[in-house]
Amino acid sequence: MRAQSRFRRGTVLRVTGLSAVVEVRVVMVTAVLLGITACFCVLAMGQGTMSLSPQEVLSALAGEQMQGPGGTIVREIRLPRVVTAVCAGAALGVSGAVFQSVSRNALGSPDVIGFTTGAATGAITMIVVFAGSPGQVAAAAVVGGLLTAALVYLLSVRSGVTGGYRLVLTGIGVGSVLSALNGLLLVRGDLDNAVVANLWLSGSLNARNWTHAVPVMIGVVVIVPLICAGAKRLSLSEMGDDLARQLGVGVERTRLMMTFLAVLLVGLATAATGPIAFVALAAPQLVVRLTRSQSLPVISSAAMGAALLVTADLISQALPLGLILPIGRMTGVLGGLYLIWLLTRSRQV
Amino acid sequence: MRNTHRLALGGLVVGLVGLLLGSSSIGHQFVSPEQVYEAMTSFDPEDTTHLIVHHLRVPRTLLAVLVGCALGVAGAVMQAVTRNPLADPGILGINAGATLSIACLIAWGGVTSVLGYMWAGMLGAGLAAAGVYLLGGARRGTNPVRLVLAGAALSVVLMAATQIVIINSDEAVFDRYRHWMVGSLQGRGWEVLLPVSVLLGAGLLVAWGLSRALDAAALGKDLGVALGLNPVRLLAVASAAVVMLAGGATAAAGPVAFVGLTGPHIARLLVGNAHRLLIPYTMLISAVLVLAADMLGRIVARPGEVSVGIMVALIGGPFFVALVRRRKLVQL
Repeated sequence: MRAQSRFRRGTVLRVTGLSAVVEVRVVMVTAVLLGITACFCVLAMGQGTMSLSPQEVLSALAGEQMQGPGGTIVREIRLPRVVTAVCAGAALGVSGAVFQSVSRNALGSPDVIGFTTGAATGAITMIVVFAGSPGQVAAAAVVGGLLTAALVYLLSVRSGVTGGYRLVLTGIGVGSVLSALNGLLLVRGDLDNAVVANLWLSGSLNARNWTHAVPVMIGVVVIVPLICAGAKRLSLSEMGDDLARQLGVGVERTRLMMTFLAVLLVGLATAATGPIAFVALAAPQLVVRLTRSQSLPVISSAAMGAALLVTADLISQALPLGLILPIGRMTGVLGGLYLIWLLTRSRQV
Repeated sequence: MRNTHRLALGGLVVGLVGLLLGSSSIGHQFVSPEQVYEAMTSFDPEDTTHLIVHHLRVPRTLLAVLVGCALGVAGAVMQAVTRNPLADPGILGINAGATLSIACLIAWGGVTSVLGYMWAGMLGAGLAAAGVYLLGGARRGTNPVRLVLAGAALSVVLMAATQIVIINSDEAVFDRYRHWMVGSLQGRGWEVLLPVSVLLGAGLLVAWGLSRALDAAALGKDLGVALGLNPVRLLAVASAAVVMLAGGATAAAGPVAFVGLTGPHIARLLVGNAHRLLIPYTMLISAVLVLAADMLGRIVARPGEVSVGIMVALIGGPFFVALVRRRKLVQL
């Protein structure tokens, strides 16, 4: 038993015939991350032109009547923004975990291999060419992400196998063509739509209302449990296709299904906030370093993604320098530095 | 010189001349080739079409040629020195370094002269080159993937930092930056062309002078040293050339990626790896590429225009993907 726990660092829970391995460290890390997220959410909801204390925010959330417009501001304006941040962060974190597992490569994240840019291309096309409503823009972002994923996969596949680095490099190439295409669409479009599209492109949580928050919220609630259900099979297939097949995993089907779900998550998150760089790359990596767990970190990546995005949002709002920091740019700087650090640390890349 | 080479050379020269003419004619206002010829031979300052050709179209066209040559050769030199087929000043973040440094200069230094942009561009390009060299572990060997990833990460950080600098400056700064960045080759007159051509010309000469050393370096470090190569000196001179070329070109035209990748590889298909021939061919091909992209950018978005950086990425990006698909990455 002791030898086993050295490998798994887990405790076995048994409830009437059902049993599950619970890794204590993972649970603790996840709980701490969720706690941080909740605290920062409350703090973030106090920020703004009318600043509120955490107590006021909490009582407004509880639905108590308050003097002045504070309660309405919190419930109608700041809550949707925070919910969008949490759900988009969670979606990005989970999709990053899935992609990194499927490609067996930390750099196989959707933002590095161009899926986020593809989702943006879909959304901008909808905004500029068809002047679509927010719902249609969200749908277009999802479709754009899926098409890009299919394209990158088809281009990088060679005799039925996608080599890890070929996938990454192909993705970088496709991503830069798509971002040039985004620029082209901005120039071609009519000025008002182009301004909307440009604002959307810098990745922002400003002025998010429930029409932005609800689709990504539903997506997270529905898709994340599905991914959790497949997580075990996916991490088995990391051991190699042959071994996983012997263990009873339908490798290709699992991979395809999980990739599809993860692309859906990226599309929904991008539709809600615009392209936000590097949360998907960094969240699973940070979680793995914190938990030292071997299994696919779905829930903890979701918590980490949410915590990262809410923290970035809080910093960009509360920074005393008087700087305007669009959240997409901010995560770009932080995440890029993290990626560089990751490269200096790893030998095998 | 084999026959195919002669054919290719002929085709390229004809193409370049055609594009030079086309680029002088096509634009917001169409000018017929005869009028262009007249404007060049018997310039009449009273005639508006002559003025357009003389002050706008011709300098712009020449600048496109120069920028193309510079970026292509910078790519060729980088590929030889790092022994990495995916090296390109745009992909490795060197242009992004020049962009950030120029943006800072516009925002805080209040400099508006092209000369100032050029110094800043070279400084930024140098710093970014040093950064990507250290991060990509170029001195420990030749790992194309690592170098590209370090470059991609560095570009993202530098471009995001540029955006943050620009967003937080006042409107006049934003306007000047936009003019430099998005306008690309638009409205660049003789006053830009002359200083830039001196700098880029010097860089091109230095690069061409390195041909032999680059040939030796491409064989690998040990063999190169056996052939009398001084690797440290080569690295220093080659970096100086790349910084001059990439920094100067970025100062003149804004960040343009993929030229340094596409030009040298097509040239290599035609003439092989000897840099004495490779560098002139690279110049020719890259000039054609940038000129064509600039012209297309004026055609697709009439009456406005699309910046040359976007058009080059649309043409060069698929080339990059094809390269990744076709080649074994370590081979050069």
